This record gives sequence, structure tokens and C-alpha cells, in this order.
Amino acid sequence: MAFKIIAENCTGCGACQFECPNNAISSKGGLFSIIAGKCTECKGIYPTQQCAAACPIPKTCVKA
Amino acid sequence: MPQKIVALSSIGRFSGTLREPSGCSARGSCGSSASADDLPDAVWRKIQDHPCYSEDAHHYFARMHIAVAPACNIQCNYCNRKFDCANESRPGVVSEKLEPEEALRKVLAVAAEVPQLSVVGIAGPGDALAHAEKTFATFALIHEALPHLKLCLSTNGLMLPDHVERIAAMGIDHVTITINMVDPEIGARIYPWIFYQHRRWEGVEAARILHERQMAGLEALTAKGILVKVNSVLIPGINDEHLTAVNQAVRARGAFLHNVMPLISDPSHGTYYGLNGQRGPTPTELRRVQDQLGADAKLMRHCRQCRADAVGLLGEDRGAEFTRDKLGEPKPFDPGQREMYLAVVERERGDRQKAKEAAQVAHKIEEAPVLVAVATKGGGRINLHFGHANEFQIYEVGPDGARFVGHRRTDKYCVGGHGEADAMATAIAALDGIAAVFCAKIGDRPRQRLKEAGVEAVDAYAFDYIEASAITWFAGRSQSGTVAATA
Repeated sequence: MAFKIIAENCTGCGACQFECPNNAISSKGGLFSIIAGKCTECKGIYPTQQCAAACPIPKTCVKA
Repeated sequence: MPQKIVALSSIGRFSGTLREPSGCSARGSCGSSASADDLPDAVWRKIQDHPCYSEDAHHYFARMHIAVAPACNIQCNYCNRKFDCANESRPGVVSEKLEPEEALRKVLAVAAEVPQLSVVGIAGPGDALAHAEKTFATFALIHEALPHLKLCLSTNGLMLPDHVERIAAMGIDHVTITINMVDPEIGARIYPWIFYQHRRWEGVEAARILHERQMAGLEALTAKGILVKVNSVLIPGINDEHLTAVNQAVRARGAFLHNVMPLISDPSHGTYYGLNGQRGPTPTELRRVQDQLGADAKLMRHCRQCRADAVGLLGEDRGAEFTRDKLGEPKPFDPGQREMYLAVVERERGDRQKAKEAAQVAHKIEEAPVLVAVATKGGGRINLHFGHANEFQIYEVGPDGARFVGHRRTDKYCVGGHGEADAMATAIAALDGIAAVFCAKIGDRPRQRLKEAGVEAVDAYAFDYIEASAITWFAGRSQSGTVAATA
């Protein structure tokens, strides 16, 4: 149960990292990725996945 | 030290015709643009050295935007930040994103090389307040190192009400809010969604929240005495008729300037509007709306819709000289150098105004006004080679003298790899409706090409003040009854 970031769509804006309640998003050299072990898909915290809701590019933060 | 030599030589180019100090430092009889008379004294004092807010200041003072705010919390149909071309100039576009400490190094490097620098702004490329901590951390570093720089920020307003106290406490005294509508039905055609309180909102509901937050933020800022400018993007067929209502709403809440900017739309930018055939306004449409809104919109005709990492005088972008890889050791800032520049500017502003008034007294012009284009690299002088101009400043010259009315770029869109022939065609297209182009120098072939296009090339006033030269040229032209030949 985790989300992932489609790297070639990512603009590197970091909106997802800021919103993630689990601190599950890391960045290296401007590229962002989701640490699967930390991602809970925001279950029990928010009604929707924060990364997907904040991401400016459609279909970039998606179910892994 | 090498950087000192660079900076002093840039001062030196203004010093050639200096005379006795004119002693004018504020608005009033000299030094100010006519439109400054529309502003209260206290406001004018705050903006007189701010290139973005004062047309007169934009000849002398530089700004830099630092791209520390990559993330945004709303989607606009005119914005696509995925696209980045170094040759392109429009908001939301940057070449590299900076952390606060990197931003400070960049500001120190620019301040050491560009004595004109008076303003540092955070305008994105996302929203400066979407993740406000980085924005405030950056401002705190800069204020500590270089307290003389004015700090500005630009925001869509969604998170503004939460940060007004902090903005006031940090001494940020200029804020720009982009407000394109006061009617959520219209807003729904501009903003597909917003991200607010941990969820995404769409349609009219999203636009209503944004509108309410914008108005609340604007009211709270002006109540604290912070200068607020409102930017509106003119989108033909969507908000062109509506901007009068926007103007009334923002003026009623204390905005001191309302700047109407044209939509920049091109399929190659990959924006929703660009891909769906939504066009930008023609210059005539833009001017009609600006005229409707009255004096405050006129003040902002020099707006260049800068990139979120622009550096330098408006109309020039030296950002490429100050990228991360080119920043060496932090350079010490020399306040003496800046004071020298300020003294030069004070005299120059006074002398330029005197020259303009003298030319107006000497030449009584009866003819209908014409538009002229000027190649300049600042200082209010005709001091750029025609072939080096990426943009022209446009002046109207006629019975009421000469006044700045706007600018035209020859490279607004990323065209890439154009040769000499294309560049000339682009320049001629940009000079449509212009009677003469003033430049420091021009080659014989471009001069001939311009003549064939009905534009007179004038280099007889090289390095002189713009307004006085334009008035003198126009008087000579009307006296001779024909288009005068120039040297």
C-alpha cells in the first residue's frame, strides 16, 4: 500500500513533499520519490492522498 | 578588486555629462514622472526607487527575483511551469530553483556587481506563500546581510490571510496579489483547481474560496499600511469586460496600483489556454482596458512580466550571469559604491527632467503626436546599438511633450536560432506603427530596411536623454514639413 511518483512527469516543485503527513517523500538532485515503507496513502489521516491532490501534473502521484 | 572595477565602469558611463548637482531628490518639480502626481507623498517616497512600481525609477534601478518558491497551490489556465527555456521571458519560468542560503549567495553576488540593485522579490516560480517558511527564511537572511534592499513578494493570495502578521513584522512593504476576477463564475474559467485545507477544490467553489481569501488578504495588508499592487492578466473573452469590476473592488480595499498585463499564450508553452486556442490581447485591446482603468494602470505600462529568476534593469535579464555554478565565494558588499550610484542617479534624474522641460519650452509643437521607439540600456538615455536591442521603449511625442507609453520586445517568444534576416523581420514587426527608432548606432543595411518599412532610424542623439531628444527631433521634423533626414 503505497503511492509512487512518475519521474518523467515530475516538475520537481516539491508540493508533495511539503504536504505529505508521513514524511515519506525524499528528494535527490531535484527529483522526488516516495519511500514505499513510509507511505500510508494518507489512510486515516486525510480523505485523499495529499501528494496527488497537491501535484500540478495529472497522473504523476499514483498508486504503486 | 576586480568586481569593483566592473561596477565602477558601469557608473562611469553615466558620468560623462554630469553637471552641478541639481539637488532634487523627491517628487515635485523634478525627477518624477508626471503620473507620480496621482499618488500620495508617503506612497511615492516608498516607490520612487522601485523599478517595478515607478516608471521613472525603472530607468535607474534594478530588481532581482529569487526562485525559492517552486511549489504552487492553485492551477491557472495560463501557467505551465514544466516548460523552461532560457530564452523565454514570462512569469512562472525559471532555470534553477534555489534554497534560502543559495539565494543569499546569489543576492550578494548581484549586489556586488550591479549597483542599481534596489529590490529583491520572491515571485515563484510557484507561489511565494504556498510554503511560506522558505520565503520568510530567505528574506530574513537577505535583510540581515543587505538591509538597504527593499523586499517584495508576489502571491496568488490563497494563503495570504495566514501570513499578514509575519509580512508586516519582517518589514516587507510591497506585496503583489494576482487577482483576475471578483466573480467566481468567471474564476472557474481561469482556475481549474486549488489545493486548500488538505484537499483539492474545483470549479466555482474553488474560485469562490480563492476570491474570498484574496479580498481578506488585501484588506488585512492595507490595514497595516503595506503597499499592495494588484496584477490582473487580461484574458480576451473571459475577463476583459470584468476588469473594471476587479479594479473597483481592489481600489475599495486599498490597493495602490492595479497593473493589467496581457495574457501570454502560445501552444508551444503547453498551457491550457495555449493548447486550446485562447489568444492574448492585441496592444490596442490592452491599452483600451488600461485607459478605462485610469491613472493607476498608466503607471504600470513599463511592466515586463518578468521571469521568476530575472536579474537586472527591467527589460534586461542578467540571470544567466548569476547561475549557481557561476557563484564563487560570497563577495563583500561595498555600501560606498552604492551611495555613489545613488548620488549619480539623483543628479541624472534632475538633469534629465530639466533637459525635457527645456526642450518643451524651446519647441512649440502643433502636430499630432507620433510614437517613437528607443534602444536603451538604462539611465533614461539613448545608449544602445539598434542590433543589440531585445526590446524598445516606446514614447509618444507630440504637443504635450514626450512620455513613456510602453515597450515592445523583439524576443518575447522563444524562437531559437534565428539569423540576421529573421531578427530584422522580427524587429520590423515589433516597430509597426512607429515613426522613428532612436538608437546609439545603426548599420547602413538595417537603416535602409527600416526606411523601406516606413520607420526612420535616428542615431543623431546617441547617448542623450530620451525625452529631450524625442521632443527636439519631433520639432525639427514638423518644422521641415517632411520626414527629416538624419545623420
